[in-house]
Parts: sequence; structure tokens; C-alpha cells
Amino acid sequence: MGNEKFYTSVHLDESLCKGCINCIKRCPTEAIRVRNGKAVITKEFCIDCGECIRHCKNHAKLATHDSLDSMKDFKYTVALPAPSLYAQVNNIEDVDIVLTALKRMGFSDVFEVSAAAEIVSSLSREYIRNHKDQWPLISTACPTVTRLIRVRFPNLLEHLLPILPPMEIAARMARKRAMEKTGLPSEDIGIFFISPCPAKVTSVKFPLGYEKSEVDRVLAMKDVYPGLIQAMKDVVEDGQVEELSSTGNIGISWGGSGGEAGGLLTDSYLAADGIENVIKVLEDLEDNKFANTLSFIELNACSGGCVGGVLAVENPFLAKVKLKSLRKYLPIARTHDTPDDIGLEFTTDVAYEPVFNLGGNMAERLSKMSQLEELMEKFPGLDCGSCGAPTCKALAEDIVRGMARETDCIHVLRSYIRKISDGI
Amino acid sequence: MSEVKLSYTISGDDFTRAGEASGDVKSKLKVLGVSPDIVRKVSIALYEGEINMVIHAHGGTIDVTISETEITMVLADRGPGIENVELAMQAGYSTASENVRALGFGAGMGLPNMKKYSDEMSIDTRLGEGTTVTMKVFLQ
Repeated sequence: MGNEKFYTSVHLDESLCKGCINCIKRCPTEAIRVRNGKAVITKEFCIDCGECIRHCKNHAKLATHDSLDSMKDFKYTVALPAPSLYAQVNNIEDVDIVLTALKRMGFSDVFEVSAAAEIVSSLSREYIRNHKDQWPLISTACPTVTRLIRVRFPNLLEHLLPILPPMEIAARMARKRAMEKTGLPSEDIGIFFISPCPAKVTSVKFPLGYEKSEVDRVLAMKDVYPGLIQAMKDVVEDGQVEELSSTGNIGISWGGSGGEAGGLLTDSYLAADGIENVIKVLEDLEDNKFANTLSFIELNACSGGCVGGVLAVENPFLAKVKLKSLRKYLPIARTHDTPDDIGLEFTTDVAYEPVFNLGGNMAERLSKMSQLEELMEKFPGLDCGSCGAPTCKALAEDIVRGMARETDCIHVLRSYIRKISDGI
Repeated sequence: MSEVKLSYTISGDDFTRAGEASGDVKSKLKVLGVSPDIVRKVSIALYEGEINMVIHAHGGTIDVTISETEITMVLADRGPGIENVELAMQAGYSTASENVRALGFGAGMGLPNMKKYSDEMSIDTRLGEGTTVTMKVFLQ
């Protein structure tokens, strides 16, 4: 059961891994080690940010997601495009072309996540206004950020915005609409989220803040892309564009960094993107360094926001330009009715998971910490990664946890061998 | 009884590095499994102290001892000393220069916050010689 709690979408194809140190160096939570020539991910530490996927030159790091074939598993399917999908394609002024194309690809219906995002924006505005004691509220739309906070920033858990992410609200609304429309039982309806990132896969399999996701399958944006482009060509050629979109400026903006915060219609927000920047903001927030006039903090693990996800195709910054031109002539918002018969808020607490704890009782942990400090004196401090750990400190922690040996450090090993050879 | 001793040298007048020591202590306390509310108290108290040393005293040293029952932080500097401790302890009182205030520091909450977030605090200060602030936070 314990493993389920730390499910990760990111995983390794061992046959492709050469045991280089690119991923261990890029992992923001130091979750990866190279052992016996292969990368090993510690699931408890991994927050599914996808940085290792982004940087693995051998494409050995992969995201688990569902295949397009899984559409056959259901009698009726609904595609849930993330707003970042609209920014993957060229030269469109009308979102309906993308939505119509998705239906041509075989989906029975579409439901825009960006429409649900407008509901989330409106709920957030109200929640923030009524919960000044929790300021600044921290966005929970990026599952990687929520996962990061639960393992590293226990003091900030109380600031998490307890509103379901747009994907989830979209899924619930889509299922309800499909059941009403078709009369089919829930199990015959497949809700397919088209995702820019692996973290969304994880949040579907193991959500934080609510019991169960209504999303049935998660497709990678890059897998949908080729078929989508083809279908869009057909749509444009025959001109049969269906009127499907109900998203305005706010909903579309969610696809890029600053979009969610912009939808709050306030100035007292901070928006940071890129996992290292996110960590810096959380550290400073934890240390009380921010003025308490901030009402909201939007954090996106990927640079540029969701358009920067590792399963997205387009350059994230160009994608942001496209989002901008798409929303140019749209009204502020087009989805206004908040459904009252599906849950919209968190139903479970996000609990602190002290995974980085050294283990044992306090006396044992203190002695491990002393040992760790002594080891740090012995190591060269080059953070070369040759031992398979990203830093000398990470190796020292591995050693006190019983996961590595001192002589895994080639510099320690070399002086040890020199000592022996001098003695001969 | 087992304990961990940590020592930091704080360089003066470099705001970009202020917070390095308190940040390191914070990450170590988390690894040590110290409860989140205590981690918060220590890191806020220590950060305030660290900033004070940078602003007023051209740096100094921070020694932290973590035992099974308490965390002791000794912040020693060779700065100008505090002329009127009672006044300095008042919320809002500050001697910081305009330059420093322009950076957002010098709100006069340094010492008051250190006292607020620690369980015990004592100040030993001598004009022209320096100041040593000792703070304790109990783990139980």
C-alpha cells in the first residue's frame, strides 16, 4: 500500500540507460542514483517533474501514460484537452478547429479543461477573498508542486488552495454530461485527458486532496499531436467546424505561467515557473521572507508553465506567444455557471511525508548526522557524480542510510589504494 | 548524549548570501525529523539573526548545537554593539540606514522576531566590541 502513495509516472528503460550522470545532476529532489551502471529512481523522493526525461540524452527516462488504442476500451469517449494543447499547433485563430479535429480523431465528444479552469478561477477568487488567514494561498493545479510541498515544505501545507484542479472538474462535468446525453452507465464512458506532463498521470492514479480521479486515461500530448495535425487539415479543408469551445481569455491563459494568477483579477500575486525557481520561492516563503500582503502564489514546475511540460511538442515560449494570439479577441471568460452537484473542493488533507528523514529515533538520527558531517570532511566536495550520487552530500546521506559505501567515492578509493601501495 | 554541532561564518554586507546558514540548518533539521513547527521557529529566528549580523556587524559566526532535547544557536559578531537593548527589542525600532531600508530590511522586527520565535534568548553586548545572542528552542 505504501508504494501506491509514491506512485510515479516517470520511469527508466534500463536497456537504454548508459549510466551517465545527466539525470542525477538535474533531479531537483536528488531522487536518482546510478547503481551498477544504471539509473535508479527512489520513488519516495520523486515528484514527477520530468526534468530527467527532458535531459536524458539516451531517452531512457520515460513517462507512463495510456495509448490512443485505449479509446477502444469504452463505448463513449470524451477528450479533455489541456489548454496547452491549443498552443501546439500553428496558425489557428479558432480553438474550435482543434476541438472538431479531436472528434474526427474518434472521440465521441470533447470537454475543454480551459472551460473548467474558468470555474476554478472564479472559485479561487472567492476562496482567497474569504480566507485571508491562509494568505498567501498556493496554487494546487501543478501536481509536481503539490508533491514537492508534501515532502519538503510541511509548514506550507496549510497554504494549499483546496480547490480541485481544472482537469478534475472538467472530468466530473464531462462524465455527467456524457451520462445525461447517452444514458450509458459510467463505466462505458471513457474520460481522456490529453496531458503535457507525466505529473498529471500520477495525479490521476494517486490524487492528492481528493479520493479518486474521474479521468480514466491520460494520453501524452506528443502522441495525440500527429493525428491531430492530420485531422485539423481535414477540418480546415472541408470547413465543417463545429462550435464547441466555451473558453475565454482566462481559461486559455491557464496554459502558460502567470495565467492562473491572472485569472484572479488581483495584483497581489506572485507567479514563478521552473522547478528551481519554485523551490527558491517556497524556501523563502517558509522563512517568512515575503510580505503578508501577497494573496496568491502560482507555481509551475515547468519553465513557461504547462506549455513547458515534457510531453508537449512546441517550444514553450513560442507556445506562449500562440496562447496570446488565440485569446486576443476572446471575452474575459465564457464559462460562468459553477456546477453545484459535483464536488469542487478538496475532500482529503494533503499530509506531510517526511521521506528525507534519516530514520531511527532522535539519538540515532543525531549520530547519523554527525557521521554525515564527518564524511563530508573526507570527501573532496567536487560533486563529480562518479559515485552515482549527485553530490558529495547525497553520497554521505546514502552511506548513513546504509545504501552506499565510503569507497564509492573514487577520490577516497584512490587515496586508499595509494596508502596500500605505499605500504608494499 | 548525542548531539550535532554546526558552525558557520557569516560574511558581512553581502545580502545575496544572507540566509545560507539558516537555510542549511533548516534542511538539516528536516532530515533529522524535527517537527515542522519547530523547524519553522528555528529557521525564522536564525534567519533574522543572520540578517542582523550582515546589516549591523559586518558578519560573524553562528554556532548551532542540536541535541535530543534542544537546539542552541549562538550568534557572535565583532560589530558595534547594541547601545540600548531595551529599545532594540521594541517592535518597529530600527537603526538601519536608508540604503538598507530601501532593500526592504530594517523594519525593526529583527530582535523582536528572534525573541518571538525562540523559547529562550539572551543578549550579551559590549559597545565597540560586539554582540553575542544566544537562542534556544526546545524540542519537547
